[in-house]
Amino acid sequence: MVLRVNGEEHEVSFLPEKTLLEVLREDMGLTGTKHGCELGECGTCTVLMDGEPVLSCLVLGLESDGCEITTVEGLAGPDGPHPLQRRFAECGAAQCGYCTPGFLLAAKALLDREPGADLPAIRRELSGNLCRCTGYVQIFEAVERAGADLRNSARS
Amino acid sequence: MRIIGKSPVRVDGLAKCLGQTKFADDLALPRMLFLKLLRSHVPHATILSIDASRALAMPGVHAVLTGRDLPTPFGILPVSEDEHALCLDRVRFVGDPVAAVAAADEETAFRAMNLIEVAYAPLAPCFSPGQAIANATPPIHDYGDDGNVHKRVSMEFGDVKSALGGADLVLDDTIFYEGNTHLPMEQHATLATREADGRVTIWSSTQTPHYLHKAAAKVLGLPPSRIRIVACPNGGGFGGKSDPFNHEIVAAKMAMVTGRPVKVTLTREEVFYCHRGRHAVLMRSRMGLSRDGSIRGIHFESLLDGGSYGSYGVASTYYTGALQTVTYRVPAYRFDGVRAFTNKPPCGPKRGHGTVQPRFALEIQMDRAAERLGLDPADFRLRNLQPADSVTANWMQIRTNQLGKCIESVVAASGWRERRGKLARGHGLGLACSSYISGAGLPIYWNAMPHSGVQLKLDRGGGVTAFCGATDIGQGSDTVLASCVAEVLGVELLDVRVCVSDTDLTPVDLGSYSSRVTLMMGNAAIEAAERARELLAKAVAERLDLPAARLVFAENRVFDSGDPARGVTFADAVVLAESRFGTIGTVGSYRPPRMPGRYRGSGVGPTPTYSYSACVVELLADGETGAIAVKKIWIAHDIGQAINRNLAIGQVIGSVYMGLGEALMEEMTYRPRRSGVHKFPSMLEYKSPTTMEMPDVEVDLIEEPDAMGPFGAKEAGQGPLLPVMPAVANAVHGALGIRVDQCPLTPELVLQALASRDRRSGPGPYPDLRIRETVRIMTPDEGGDGYEVDQKRKEKQLVRESKS
Repeated sequence: MVLRVNGEEHEVSFLPEKTLLEVLREDMGLTGTKHGCELGECGTCTVLMDGEPVLSCLVLGLESDGCEITTVEGLAGPDGPHPLQRRFAECGAAQCGYCTPGFLLAAKALLDREPGADLPAIRRELSGNLCRCTGYVQIFEAVERAGADLRNSARS
Repeated sequence: MRIIGKSPVRVDGLAKCLGQTKFADDLALPRMLFLKLLRSHVPHATILSIDASRALAMPGVHAVLTGRDLPTPFGILPVSEDEHALCLDRVRFVGDPVAAVAAADEETAFRAMNLIEVAYAPLAPCFSPGQAIANATPPIHDYGDDGNVHKRVSMEFGDVKSALGGADLVLDDTIFYEGNTHLPMEQHATLATREADGRVTIWSSTQTPHYLHKAAAKVLGLPPSRIRIVACPNGGGFGGKSDPFNHEIVAAKMAMVTGRPVKVTLTREEVFYCHRGRHAVLMRSRMGLSRDGSIRGIHFESLLDGGSYGSYGVASTYYTGALQTVTYRVPAYRFDGVRAFTNKPPCGPKRGHGTVQPRFALEIQMDRAAERLGLDPADFRLRNLQPADSVTANWMQIRTNQLGKCIESVVAASGWRERRGKLARGHGLGLACSSYISGAGLPIYWNAMPHSGVQLKLDRGGGVTAFCGATDIGQGSDTVLASCVAEVLGVELLDVRVCVSDTDLTPVDLGSYSSRVTLMMGNAAIEAAERARELLAKAVAERLDLPAARLVFAENRVFDSGDPARGVTFADAVVLAESRFGTIGTVGSYRPPRMPGRYRGSGVGPTPTYSYSACVVELLADGETGAIAVKKIWIAHDIGQAINRNLAIGQVIGSVYMGLGEALMEEMTYRPRRSGVHKFPSMLEYKSPTTMEMPDVEVDLIEEPDAMGPFGAKEAGQGPLLPVMPAVANAVHGALGIRVDQCPLTPELVLQALASRDRRSGPGPYPDLRIRETVRIMTPDEGGDGYEVDQKRKEKQLVRESKS
């Protein structure tokens, strides 16, 4: 089937029982999307499906037919990294970096919807993503700063 | 300094945010097979037979291995090499691997694994240290101190009996710390391949490639020179990836047998069972005090539930008794420790290794002591501080100690003096302190070689490559390496490429454990960079006709300190040096100084220098439901000097987070009536704090450089976890006037304490550990020499030392 991932169409063939996570990682080589449990418990494998965060370990590859999928590899544009990526790196929001792609996409969905999201909103939106390194504090800071960047660039 | 102490973006930061970092499971090779391990579903049994014929007959299955294919035992500590890559004739916990299948795809491997038939003859399982010390069940191993007692330790420094007997006040507390686990976000993964020339390469999510190298060579029967270990960046470790694991060795063997690359990734459930996490420890502490509020002596006892294998357990046991003396002055000290084997997943090192549980007990007891003496807990601690540049009763060498400043910092920031005791019921403040090692003073295998080595290669274009065996597990060691080199050579971080954790390419670093990497690798990196700088300076000095001492290395230039315009670019300096001396490469290495303790057991606890932390927790404890909501945490950490300020703060906050998880919810518990299976082997059931529970954290880094550390740096990755759990317990006391002598402080325990007559919940009386022999060591104050009083032991020790 044809999958639309990060704005490009890819012809892929895979077994029907494969999850989107497996298709992305194993059949398309997009290993930026990680997994922590493969049971929908940790948020690590979060990707965007038509702009909404989904746990790619709980979605079948077949279910993404006709949808636009965004993974961490698709966040950066021709001008360089997405403000979220830049701010995560700057703030130390990525320590081991394993949960980072999932957090970035969950945060992107929030900021796309609500660029002025405040701390309580950020906490709520990211509550399905676990991180064992940072204690989340520097993640909150990175998302707040990226939100400000996006608002500034929208204004200018 | 241009880089040290500042907050440049970590060298691997953007790659991680772009999804480019390759973790072990992100690697793939053509023709790769998938490996699955069949694990025991019974806790203790003899293996009667294994029939893999149905699995082998399945299309797509390439090979099956059992214990007989890998009969050589291994283990991280030379004193407890009690593991087999696949069980030989006995299984010891639910999860012990019995057989392995390699197949063309993961699904086939999984299905084939389930077709392997194992016949077991069950043995009575031992599920508690109580059963173990009573010798109620068959021994799990054929070694150890007796029955299922793995290790018994008893040491006395000074005369504790007299100290307690003559004290004005003696506290006697029994406290329990439940086991818990690291829960790194990345599941362990390994890829192994047999090269064309027969050599084997193993890529793995390991914190200790050097020790994996040793274990793999031993079990695979290959010379270490034919094995290459590449530690991939770890998706979190916290100690959970620092043992050599069964699956790593089996994957390599499978690659040797099949001639194909072999990949294995553990499921989350397997990660819970492989574990090696925090030991559950029951403790009793007796503390004698004078009326004026000084500590006279402590008798500390610990009983560790080790699980089914040795792992780091002997070290863990000693660690439960090692660091009580380094925060507060304890003139007389006795420690009795016992580690039991039980038929549960083996425990090992988790962040704060073995010192976390006793710190919880000690800091709660300190709080009680202050209360009984009518002193402010902060003042009581300040009064008892162990001085800098001193040696403790158990022969630990203290260098810098800024614990006093740490206490004053959190006391001031939290409004402790104004607010403590004046908040509404249910609202409390609690204080606790701690200390941790900046690297262990001795290696796991005693030898005279460096603990860390760094090699530098300088390129004619001005690039510098730094080679080191250290592994970045998220703590930022790659950035520390690049920062130390860049600072000394006066180049940008981006000019330093790091090449790490590859046993073929990099000099040995013992591994990312014991909070040792920043101090040891950092010192090695500085030495290597200073040697390179010396060569460059000599060549530039000759060219500019200047004394080399006048040259400054900064901003990618080498120039005259008296006339900054006079100089050359760094790249030209390399060209000059290479023209003068040939190819430019230098090495640096680090070995800790000799420690004053000489008695048996003195290898655990010493370090080049200790870090110190103090923490105040503010929380709301609900007297109706028992629920605890932490509102804010203030923490001050004596780091010596931050190498990267932002990363250091990240380590402190991350430690606080993990400590909160341990304090409030994390526990590894098992169901003894259901074969000892794990109660919570999933991320949903094993509770850890989410974004919703994480409070605001205020961090103060106390920077007073320590001569032992690179640029004065001490550790930051483990120490700040330690004070959090006891500060929570002390804050619950502040809020509700109850004592919860157990971790985690579950709502149930809070309600139990509220309902009990003595306003306490926690364990019952401490059992009799039947300590038969106590080793006596005179303290420095008594004029001791660091050896046991027993002359025979001393002589043996002297012979051992003269041989090495």
